[in-house]
Amino acid sequence: MNNLAAMTALQSQIMQEPFGEFSWILTLLFYAFFFVFMFYGQKINTYIMLREVEGSLFKLKYIKDEGRKIAIETIKEIGKPQTDPTARVDRFLEYFTISPQSLDPAGIVGKLEHILDVRDTRFKDDVKLMAPATDKTQANNLENTLEAAMALNFIYKVIRHYYLLGKKTLSLYIIMQIQMILPLVMREAEAYASALKAFADGQPIGDGAGALVAAKLTHGYPKRNIAKDCVVATVPIEGRTAYVIKAEGPGGNVGKPGDGVKTIMEENEGKIATIIMVDAALKLEGEEVGEVAEGVGAAIGGPGVDQFKIEESILKYRVPINAVIIKEDIGDAVSPMRKEIFDAVDKAIERIKQVILEKTKEGNRVIIAGVGNTIGIGQ
Amino acid sequence: MSKTSSSATTRISSFVLLVIFITLALSLVALILAIQAWYTPGQEPVAGYLLLIGFLGAALSTYVLFQTRKRIKRLSIKIPSVTTTIECRKCGFKSTRDFQRGDYIFKEVDQCQKCNENMLITAIYKEVKEKKKRTRF
Repeated sequence: MNNLAAMTALQSQIMQEPFGEFSWILTLLFYAFFFVFMFYGQKINTYIMLREVEGSLFKLKYIKDEGRKIAIETIKEIGKPQTDPTARVDRFLEYFTISPQSLDPAGIVGKLEHILDVRDTRFKDDVKLMAPATDKTQANNLENTLEAAMALNFIYKVIRHYYLLGKKTLSLYIIMQIQMILPLVMREAEAYASALKAFADGQPIGDGAGALVAAKLTHGYPKRNIAKDCVVATVPIEGRTAYVIKAEGPGGNVGKPGDGVKTIMEENEGKIATIIMVDAALKLEGEEVGEVAEGVGAAIGGPGVDQFKIEESILKYRVPINAVIIKEDIGDAVSPMRKEIFDAVDKAIERIKQVILEKTKEGNRVIIAGVGNTIGIGQ
Repeated sequence: MSKTSSSATTRISSFVLLVIFITLALSLVALILAIQAWYTPGQEPVAGYLLLIGFLGAALSTYVLFQTRKRIKRLSIKIPSVTTTIECRKCGFKSTRDFQRGDYIFKEVDQCQKCNENMLITAIYKEVKEKKKRTRF
């Protein structure tokens, strides 16, 4: 009863005089907050952003270290090196490629292709030195694993650079730049992290959807090498002759479909009714994974060399080009292939057949290029 | 089922931990003082403030502690389980198993249990169970 009376008294006191004799403290606190935020608001914002970047940096460091560890363990397991490959792997992770000068852009594609070829040869040689006991497939998979680890290392270093620079200068604008793109960077880093194990084990990845379409179409037909790391098979489809091109699997490899298309066009003196390119493409948020869409143009990613070559060839012979894409997000593209994407491959084949029936006549020749990394996909 | 690879590469900063535990201890002291003040005549308003401070402090420090632990838990690379489907092209017998290093689509593997024909790997994929978020678009 006593307690109840005291509680009622307290309640009425709080209701009537909200802070009673302590109200001056609150007024003082209010002014203190006001002035602190007026003069130091930006600094406080900067520290909050720095803290956020720091948290992501911790995660990036962990992912990067895991990547390095997976790469080293895989090399030791598959490559059976005589010496410890750690130092060589660390050197590999620091490799860089300088793109050609573009002040005078004429002929830049050739220069870029040459630099990419040199890079590829260098990587392959290094992998062979690190892991001498590997066959071609395993060496390609290892190269992909190391490239994913290298990408993670690079992302970590760039974010760390901005974090430290921001901390040093306490400039809100430096930190803001990195804080704003951080969610996208983290998504990419997480995608590479899930790619590491897939590459190390040689599992098919989402990006291989196009290559899988080509593999399904050519399975059981004789193949020949048409360009570097690229094979072609002549397949009868709906009464037409289809030249189906894909990268040579099952090692991690994208081949040179640009050269492949060019060679077939030249072999047939341009008498090709249509080219159909199949590739995995990045979906927009809200779209379903494994959605199949159709359009025109050269559906091929990468640095642009192959797209340029295909466009040059089709322009020379005025050949129409169609594209079928399988939609997925960046995480799906480099991680083990999802069932939705695997199922979408059959839908894409149906769509290709439909395009062939609608756009060509019986007896015509068509080129079908299955673009993408053929890791874990044979032919 | 997915396996998780993680290691203890990250640790909570000892300074942050110290601040959290000091705040928690002070909050508990405030709560005890609030109880004492409650039973002291005329000190009820003080008890009210101490109670408020104690609860706020305890809630805040517990929240920060859980958040830090959550962040550490999140630091792991999920390795999804990948399934390999093996099929006999002659009799259509199908079997699935976990992916093994060296598997690839269209690789010829063991002989079929039913017709002794060489079987073929026809599919390798992972299954992702996604929670569908309802949006109006």
